[in-house]
Amino acid sequence: MENLINIFVKSIFIDNMIFAYFLGMCSYLAVSKTVKTSVGLGIAVVFVLGITVPVDYLINNYLLAPGALVWIDKSLADVDLSFLSFIIFIAVIASMVQLVEMVIEKFSPALYSSLGIFLPLIAVNCAILGGSLFMQEREYVNIAEATSFGLGSGVGWFLAIVGIAAIREKIKYSNVPAPLRGLGITFIITGLMGIAFMSFMGIKL
Amino acid sequence: MSALRALVDKIKPQFEKGGRLEYLHSTFEAFESFLFVPNTTTRHGSHIRDYIDMKRTMSVVVLALVPALLFGMWNVGYQHFLSHGEASTLWQNFWFGFGKVFPILVVSYVVGLGIEFIFAQIRGHEVNEGFLVSGILIPLIVPPDTPLWMVAIATAFAVVIGKEVFGGTGMNILNPALTARAFLFFAYPQDMSGDKVWIADKADAFSGATPLGDLLVNEPLSSLPSISDMFWGFIPGSVGETSTFLILVGAVILIITGIGSWRIMLSVFLGGFGLATLFWAIGPYVAPDNVYMNLPPYFHMIMGGFAFGAVFMATDPVTASQTSRGKWYYGILIGVMAVLIRVLNPAYPEGMMLAILLMNVFAPLIDHYVVEANIKKRKKRAKSAQLATV
Repeated sequence: MENLINIFVKSIFIDNMIFAYFLGMCSYLAVSKTVKTSVGLGIAVVFVLGITVPVDYLINNYLLAPGALVWIDKSLADVDLSFLSFIIFIAVIASMVQLVEMVIEKFSPALYSSLGIFLPLIAVNCAILGGSLFMQEREYVNIAEATSFGLGSGVGWFLAIVGIAAIREKIKYSNVPAPLRGLGITFIITGLMGIAFMSFMGIKL
Repeated sequence: MSALRALVDKIKPQFEKGGRLEYLHSTFEAFESFLFVPNTTTRHGSHIRDYIDMKRTMSVVVLALVPALLFGMWNVGYQHFLSHGEASTLWQNFWFGFGKVFPILVVSYVVGLGIEFIFAQIRGHEVNEGFLVSGILIPLIVPPDTPLWMVAIATAFAVVIGKEVFGGTGMNILNPALTARAFLFFAYPQDMSGDKVWIADKADAFSGATPLGDLLVNEPLSSLPSISDMFWGFIPGSVGETSTFLILVGAVILIITGIGSWRIMLSVFLGGFGLATLFWAIGPYVAPDNVYMNLPPYFHMIMGGFAFGAVFMATDPVTASQTSRGKWYYGILIGVMAVLIRVLNPAYPEGMMLAILLMNVFAPLIDHYVVEANIKKRKKRAKSAQLATV
């Protein structure tokens, strides 16, 4: 249990998807104009990361990893399908996003309409694929750890995008030099936020 | 004085519209308003009569910083002679420290104000007084032996990237002085931390770490300076942070004049003290080896930059939360984060700087939700009032 909390906190603050790895920057930059929409996108990312990482964990451990196929037959112990992981992870993410979209549309039309276009956009968010690949690389020992990593990364991404959205709302009326308006100043803010997040680097949990 | 006024009035037309030196208007304006109270009046729009303007606000903050600055200069000399084991008089101490700190002060002002003037000139706005405070804060938070070129680079970074690209004073999201400090910290780590830097020109055989740094190398708690030494400030450390007493004097000045927010100061101390007490209570059971965790909570308040940050950095009116309730959340989170980073992150025993920077980043978000909650509450009230009348 303690271990799960550690992984969760670590993936929110220390291994933050945005400030430590700069993943998922495209939607982070594009959808962070207002707090309201960025909350919607952030929740969707938490949701999708929380589902795809454990699913990919199962696929990786029972199909793709070297020797993962032993459960079918002993003779398959030498088979290594890990070269397929990119394409399979992408497929899982795309289908999961599609599935999540249909489920949300069916059961909670209000949430669906507030998320709007962002749900399908998540399929191409590199933070999601990054989550699955980090999961594969870090070799979590069971599915609970993978889930907690997925959710934590999602929450970290959520915090980052909501934080920058509030800052962008605040500087809307600032007299920013013309060439920097829009994306330029957003990149600078992201860098400054990254400095602030460096306070967590090196924390050992 | 009147001769000076006459001189200013005489050369003034040259800088006004159509004058020969019109392009230097904002530079002239800066010097004029530095010397005299501006005599221009608002012609349209709202007329608010208040004597407090930005220049006065900034002057009060500078004034509140002076006791800590003077003591810091003395302390730099005192620690230097102490490390050599030489006896020294009060003036010797002070002049030695003055020689160390004053050049940093000059460099930070010249570089920072120079950049401000250039930007004001090019972008055609007036030079703001905001840098007067940042410029004095920078020498107070860097080690006394920092090379001057580093101070210059850090100041330039803080003013350009931290402030001017957002449109100048009042628009920045991170405290410029802390941005400079963080820049130095991450760009030149070997010169900024450890036990080498906090005493100017110290004798080689002398370990000159701050009390916080000493704990890092697992010195026992009893090796710390006495509580009264740490409270009055006779310990190694950055120039401004050592004397908790003089920082509190500054805090009183800021609170009485209404310039620093007492909500933020109080809540930073409350947050830090609360978490430190919690750690102190559970420390012996969960991590008996972690010295920081087992510190009595009041030690956290008087060691390192905690008090200095709470009084002078967290209360920066531009980068703090703007709403009253937001200030409480903001302050408590700073205190909690500072102690948390100190205790859990062995890489940075000085967590205050990073805690404040982190909360600077989230201050707009806190404000946003405080305002939203307020709107929701009022809508609800209006609705129930409507229902009651029907």
